[in-house]
Amino acid sequence: MSYNINEKGYYGEFGGAYIPEMLYPNVEELRHNYLKIMAEPSFQEEFNALLKDYVGRPSPLYFAKRLSEKYNTKIYLKREDLNHTGAHKINNTIGQILMAKRLGKNRIIAETGAGQHGVATATVCALMGIECIVYMGEIDIARQAPNVARMKMLGATVIPALSGSRTLKDATNEAIRDWINNPVDTHYIIGSVVGPHPYPDMVAKFQAVVSEEIKSQLLEKEGTEDPTYLVACVGGGSNAAGTYYHYLDNEAVNIIAVEAAGLGVDSGESAATSVLGKEGIIHGSKTLLMQTNDGQITEPYSISAGLDYPGVGPMHANLYKTGRAEFIAITDDDAMKAGLDLCKLEGIIPAIESSHALAVFEHKTFKPDDIVVLNLSGRGDKDLQNYIDYFKL
Amino acid sequence: MNRINQKLQEDKKLLSIYFTAGYPNINDTVTVIQNLEKSGVDMIEIGLPFSDPLADGPTIQASSTKALHNGMTSERLFEQLKDVRKTVSIPLIIMGYFNPMLQYGVEEFCKKCQEVGIDGLIIPDLPVDVYHDNYQSIFEKYGLINVFLITPQTSDERIRYIDSVSNGFIYMVSSASVTGSQSGFGDVQTDYFERIANMNLDNPQVVGFGISNNETFTQATKHAKGAIIGSAFVKHLTNTGVDSIDEFVKNIL
Repeated sequence: MSYNINEKGYYGEFGGAYIPEMLYPNVEELRHNYLKIMAEPSFQEEFNALLKDYVGRPSPLYFAKRLSEKYNTKIYLKREDLNHTGAHKINNTIGQILMAKRLGKNRIIAETGAGQHGVATATVCALMGIECIVYMGEIDIARQAPNVARMKMLGATVIPALSGSRTLKDATNEAIRDWINNPVDTHYIIGSVVGPHPYPDMVAKFQAVVSEEIKSQLLEKEGTEDPTYLVACVGGGSNAAGTYYHYLDNEAVNIIAVEAAGLGVDSGESAATSVLGKEGIIHGSKTLLMQTNDGQITEPYSISAGLDYPGVGPMHANLYKTGRAEFIAITDDDAMKAGLDLCKLEGIIPAIESSHALAVFEHKTFKPDDIVVLNLSGRGDKDLQNYIDYFKL
Repeated sequence: MNRINQKLQEDKKLLSIYFTAGYPNINDTVTVIQNLEKSGVDMIEIGLPFSDPLADGPTIQASSTKALHNGMTSERLFEQLKDVRKTVSIPLIIMGYFNPMLQYGVEEFCKKCQEVGIDGLIIPDLPVDVYHDNYQSIFEKYGLINVFLITPQTSDERIRYIDSVSNGFIYMVSSASVTGSQSGFGDVQTDYFERIANMNLDNPQVVGFGISNNETFTQATKHAKGAIIGSAFVKHLTNTGVDSIDEFVKNIL
């Protein structure tokens, strides 16, 4: 059994491309070309060179000694927080901007929630001298002012999404509408392993560098490529997809996916899609999503702006459904506490998304000789105001 | 014979009107349908509102949001439509996104459609191949016609495929856009209308997107069998309510 994508664009029963006909030519062009382009030696060369010299890869695999002592197990942190722009997001935007160039596109659109993917997209557009338009919910623009400023400094145009709930899902809708209206010259850089096929697979492949590096780094440090556990937080699921990618079919390696429980899974203010979601269609993909009984998509909640997506990538929906991954939901409070713990124990201020993953150690007991590799997907600078408000610093 | 196929045989250009169910007020649905028929409209698309309508522009989106606020659901719509065939005889089509139908149960949804007298469905985000592989037999079992979209970017090969799967009409999207974003047709549209006309497809074509008045209706139906008006009509409902629908229709025909 393979947990990877099949030739029709599905992970098990999840995935596909449920898109209006107006989008078909754009998506079909990408589907037809993406694997071919990614396999070109010149593409690989340019991609790898930028990851090395511009992003700063490989990111370290750091043995967190004091954290390991506290939980009496072996904990390694994959330091995606040390990447340029502060998170794993840039691995994907570098890949997609090179893809867009080879497809002959001269205009880039993107959606963003907290602004991390927007910043990563604006960054690579500046790098390549390509026009960049970022859609962002009106509410998110108000609460993420520093990232809006960053995008503007990088030369991007930020357009507020005024429809629906005026957050990430609506920004995604607006970006898709822009793509419908501009089918020829525009490439849409989706920020996560969501959307119609081939996006989930393409983004996962660009993020796969994370698990590729884990394999060789762990071999060097522990004499084995295989950790006992992989841990990552899941909103849409791109850092998790990168962390799991090369281990998907290696069932000796256990996979843990951490979702945001918000104020509690049953509180009505949550983003734990695997528990609360049902099968359906969101943004062109068949997956698990939070919705009413009538099939209207609902607004999730989490203290972390990067985890409050009402769906989850189809790869993860399949990992959940098949039981390949263990899904754990972590509340705001537990995540914030775990984040502060990492600051005190290791001198690392994590993004609140990554703090959710870190809270796993309070919820699950690992054996002393277990090797746990956790993706520290982003740094906490962007969340400073949240930390200040929460801890009354 | 399905009412849509019957209507398509009439020797005239057809005017089809889209509106959002439960808009402007929750109980306006049947009134709008009745007034449209009285005004001489040939076919009606009843929009089942969705929270995330990807193919729609601001006008229809806003009407969907309002309709959902008003309490519209699939169940409520079927409830409202249960006696509609006592007073209305023109073809009725439900236009909506796939997720609400999936949650209702596709077969159950189709069965309800047949019960209340719906003749066909337009589901922009149900791809033709998925329909063909998984749902066509269900639609046919309940006598429903499924209508697919084509755009100026759709390849001839794909248009032929869509034609082969269709059994009513083909919805020709006039330009690369979401609903309600164009005004008037240029050379690109004219060329596209002619290109499609010259393909001699089995299914007649009805043009949608960008039609808002007599001029655009006439242009769109020069080659095509009919045209669909959505956003312009929803705007009219927003501005003047359900009582002056005949004035809107008079200005088109």
